[in-house]
Amino acid sequence: MHDLQTAFLLAGKLIYKLDTDLMEIIGLSMGVSLGAVFLSCVVGMVLGAFVGVIRFRGRATVIILLNSLMGLPPVVVGLGVYLLLSRAGPLGVFGLLYTPTAMIIAQTILVTPIVAALTRVVVEDLAAEYDEQLRSLGVSGPRLMVTLLWDARYSLVTVALAGFGRAVAEVGAVMIVGGNIDHLTRVMTTAITLETSKGNLALALALGIILVGISLLVNGAVAVLSGRSGKTRYE
Amino acid sequence: MSSSILPLRARDLRFLVDTGPLIDGVSLTIEPGSSTVVLGPNGAGKSLLLRLLHGMLEPTSGTITWQKSSSGDLRRRQSMVFQRPVLLRRSVEANIAYALCALSIPRPHRSEMINLALERAGLTHARRVRARLLSVGEQQRLSVARALASEPDILFLDEPTASLDPVSVQRIETLVLEANNRGTAIVLVTHDIGQARRLGRDVIFLHDGKDVERGPAETFMLNPTTEVARAYLEGGIVV
Repeated sequence: MHDLQTAFLLAGKLIYKLDTDLMEIIGLSMGVSLGAVFLSCVVGMVLGAFVGVIRFRGRATVIILLNSLMGLPPVVVGLGVYLLLSRAGPLGVFGLLYTPTAMIIAQTILVTPIVAALTRVVVEDLAAEYDEQLRSLGVSGPRLMVTLLWDARYSLVTVALAGFGRAVAEVGAVMIVGGNIDHLTRVMTTAITLETSKGNLALALALGIILVGISLLVNGAVAVLSGRSGKTRYE
Repeated sequence: MSSSILPLRARDLRFLVDTGPLIDGVSLTIEPGSSTVVLGPNGAGKSLLLRLLHGMLEPTSGTITWQKSSSGDLRRRQSMVFQRPVLLRRSVEANIAYALCALSIPRPHRSEMINLALERAGLTHARRVRARLLSVGEQQRLSVARALASEPDILFLDEPTASLDPVSVQRIETLVLEANNRGTAIVLVTHDIGQARRLGRDVIFLHDGKDVERGPAETFMLNPTTEVARAYLEGGIVV
């Protein structure tokens, strides 16, 4: 109980003082996660729409694969990316290990299946609704995919948010490929892990509270920006 | 304007499923500017026939030939309105613009066609409204306007006014009649005998996938020659 109280006080103090270390960590967290979500949306939404509307051999297998990959363990992804980017690995020459870029790559791999699988469901539902009308207009292939993605835009915002939730909350992958280096690759989750292991529970909890707060802020901002959420559901 | 894709000639159309034929040897000709009503009890194959003619389904056997056979023209010069309006999640005018774009209507022509379509449908005031926020009657009116925006040679309508209020029905019928007067051929599936009288000059009566009776609407309505058509017109339950 005492810890919780101290944690809230500390969190308030850190935010109030605009602690530079904290701001740096928050900035990097947001940068990495938003960057990864952006890339995941570009790849995942196109992939999801493709699997959602195009009938091809092996489609059922791809759907099962995408759904399974949603539960990909972050540490396993971290390890895989680590092996790829390490000096001895195939992409070692780029020297990306322990950089924010490596963290973005790892999170993109984590989030893309989530975005793709959820997009597939959304697009497939919409495709069923639009099917006859669009076939009557002779719409197929890439134009069909673009039409469905655009018309599903409100639902896809939620899909992107689900991806963001996964990215900003995970610790395993960024820890392995980022290394939690102070002022370079330290993000909210790795900082919390570090403070916890140091026994600095109040600070860890304070950081946790701030992380949850940021998550709430991002979701709130998206809800306001995409606006009229109640009304759009009926469109 | 190039010449019409009509007449449309369907010969001995059959559509088979595991349980048997759903369309069984239907032949018909649709002339330019004609208006044909397809009547028949539920399950007679009316909507299916429309989809076969519109090219959305392939017949198991039989042929459908158009006067013109370039595939781009065929797509562009025919439209279909479905029982339930399917509108894109965009504004009213964007819905029409989308259809014109999908039909490869050259961009410079589109805005004029959109304006005309909205004006005819009485939806000019609502052009920037989200289409899904319109009333159901207005939504169907927009569907008809969208289908007619490209000035097709033929318009297929699959029970377009089922479960609409009388005022909406009347406005939609007016739109369809005006298009017919401008030369668009109409093929209408309906259960509404009154609507069949108001819109159709010719009737095809389907039963169990077969065209059991056909002819001028007036003759058919007054003197149906088959028992099943007579029962249907008298409001009896035909199975």
